[in-house]
Amino acid sequence: MILIAAEHANGKLSRSTYEIVTCARELGREGPIAILILGKDVVGAAAEAALVADQVLVADRAQFAQYDAELWSAAVAQIASEGEAHTVLIGGSRSGREYSPRVAVRLDAALLEDVTSLRFAKDAVSAQHYTYLARVTEKIETPAKTIVATVKPGSFAAAAPGSNHAEQFDVDLNLPERRVKVIGRSLEKTARISLSEADIVVAGGRGVGSADGFTKLVEGLADQLGAAVGATRAIVDAGWRPYSEQVGQTGKTVQPKAYIAIGISGAVQHLSGMSKSKIIVAINKDGDAPIFKVADYGIVGDVQQIVPALIDGLRK
Amino acid sequence: MMTLIRQVLDAEQSVRTRDGAVDLANSKLVMDTMDEYGLEEALRLREGGIDAEVIAVGVGPARLREALRTALAMGADRAVHVETEIALDPIALSKVVAEIARQEQAELILCGGQQADWDSQALGAATAERLNWPQVTWTSALSLQDSTLTGKHDVDEGREEFSVALPAVITTQQGLNDPRYPTLPNILKAKKKELRSETLEQFQVQPMVKITGEEIQVKERLRKILDGKDAAAAATELLHLLRDEARVIA
Ligand SMILES: Cc1cc2nc3c(=O)[nH]c(=O)nc-3n(C[C@H](O)[C@H](O)[C@H](O)COP(=O)(O)OP(=O)(O)OC[C@H]3O[C@@H](n4cnc5c(N)ncnc54)[C@H](O)[C@@H]3O)c2cc1C
Ligand SMILES: Cc1cc2nc3c(=O)[nH]c(=O)nc-3n(C[C@H](O)[C@H](O)[C@H](O)COP(=O)(O)OP(=O)(O)OC[C@H]3O[C@@H](n4cnc5c(N)ncnc54)[C@H](O)[C@@H]3O)c2cc1C
Repeated sequence: MILIAAEHANGKLSRSTYEIVTCARELGREGPIAILILGKDVVGAAAEAALVADQVLVADRAQFAQYDAELWSAAVAQIASEGEAHTVLIGGSRSGREYSPRVAVRLDAALLEDVTSLRFAKDAVSAQHYTYLARVTEKIETPAKTIVATVKPGSFAAAAPGSNHAEQFDVDLNLPERRVKVIGRSLEKTARISLSEADIVVAGGRGVGSADGFTKLVEGLADQLGAAVGATRAIVDAGWRPYSEQVGQTGKTVQPKAYIAIGISGAVQHLSGMSKSKIIVAINKDGDAPIFKVADYGIVGDVQQIVPALIDGLRK
Repeated sequence: MMTLIRQVLDAEQSVRTRDGAVDLANSKLVMDTMDEYGLEEALRLREGGIDAEVIAVGVGPARLREALRTALAMGADRAVHVETEIALDPIALSKVVAEIARQEQAELILCGGQQADWDSQALGAATAERLNWPQVTWTSALSLQDSTLTGKHDVDEGREEFSVALPAVITTQQGLNDPRYPTLPNILKAKKKELRSETLEQFQVQPMVKITGEEIQVKERLRKILDGKDAAAAATELLHLLRDEARVIA
């Protein structure tokens, strides 16, 4: 069995889950594809899963209303061993990457992190992923009988729902007590499209001059393009923008159709989060800024003049 | 308190490959910044009155001793070096780390949130599972009182405040602290501190994952860079290129 631990939100399967289904179908390893759904009020997500999987396993209970690494890993590992899964696929989100190692240890399995490809052949699983701050593509291989892999979002096409309706089963689980208590949360909500889903990202760095400069230039341009906004660590540290907008090694990784960098120098830690973008556009007054080395299009000039001109041009 | 130290390529240096593998032989290696955050936090807890030793632990080749010496110079009380040329994947490595934690009777392990070389986020969680401890990842603020840790950490959609009783594994995130630089007197003092060597054999681990190739990705970029002296003209030209050539805007 190939077990997929679904990612879902608001009663719907996330796009990443459909991508993982494609990864499972292309793996080349025998066995039914089962989707496990842990959550509260997941009837809708389970119904969607039934259109793309061979089996749907559901644990709909209050305990799963809120994510916890130990609960999730215990549940996924238990279902994987009962179902004799040889492959366990988990989303490459922050939470997926956090609980997957515990699943691998429990199953005595090999862990392949953030894979962009996955293949089974000649009794071994091989995969690719990025290393060295996304500068290197590494090929890895494991002969382990059981593998756990996290799948990098955006690496596989989303599977299209078929006409079959897979059977749904409720599962019994032995779960540990929560040990990490959540005593507060600040969820950074934005009216904009999220960084991970946007086709276009407009990002700003120290070169925008101030928090107000960011609002005027970066948000102003993003408004015209229906884009998400991103930021460098320098300006997140300066308090101009929330951490949720940070792109890079210690922030988010994005790969939009177009990434527009405004007043960003292009440090490797920043590039690590956006270098896989299809098209990169840079605006910087320093023609030698490293960002231009990875840019498809760019303007050497003052962002205070260039960006308002772009906004004007788009308004017309 | 145990902090895990890895040595990675200095981010300012470019990566080189030879015969399909990353070649670090002549490169400058430094302590992983994410690990520095962990060590700094342990030192701060100790300075804040927590009565515990800070032990820096590293598993890797001979040159890793440099990074462990740096850890001692920053203020760790002693260091353990498990010397091996074998590249262990994080799941295999966690077995070694967990065993040392048991031997040292550690109650708090701090390690980097993401490795700057293998981009892995797995070591902290895998170690926690082996010890049957809870874990908190991407921690950006931490304090310890009466064996309970409280702090803040990043999750998919924002930030959470947490509390957890020791023992626990904490992985780091930027913002946790500003790591100190070792001063000259401390560098000299560090030479006298214990840096114990162990062999890997006693831990009986085998890597489960093998690297079969490493390639530097260079996506050819168009690099059509315009002069922006005439802002309006440059903007018009860029919009034209994005619309009609790249077709990324309507
Ligand atoms: C462990 C670690 C993790 C890190 N993680 C991240 C991360 O996740 N994300 C990240 O972004 N960084 C990260 N960094 C920081 C990174 O190294 C850089 O310091 C940061 O990306 C620089 O941000 P910046 O481009 O905004 O600022 P700067 O490097 O200061 O660049 C500003 C640019 O703006 C240009 N400029 C100035 N004024 C104008 C103007 N009027 N018009 C046009 N251009 C102008 C300048 O020429 C310059 O190129 C990390 C660093 C470390 C050590
Ligand atoms: C999952 C994973 C990810 C890695 N990521 C990186 C990375 O990002 N950057 C990086 O620099 N290195 C990485 N490595 C290590 C890398 O594969 C090389 O091993 C390392 O760079 C040393 O290369 P080498 O050619 O000098 O030594 P190698 O020729 O690989 O081996 C050195 C010595 O170790 C022994 N050895 C190697 N593998 C085994 C094994 N499986 N069992 C027993 N003995 C063995 C060899 O016999 C030899 O004596 C990773 C390894 C793994 C397993």
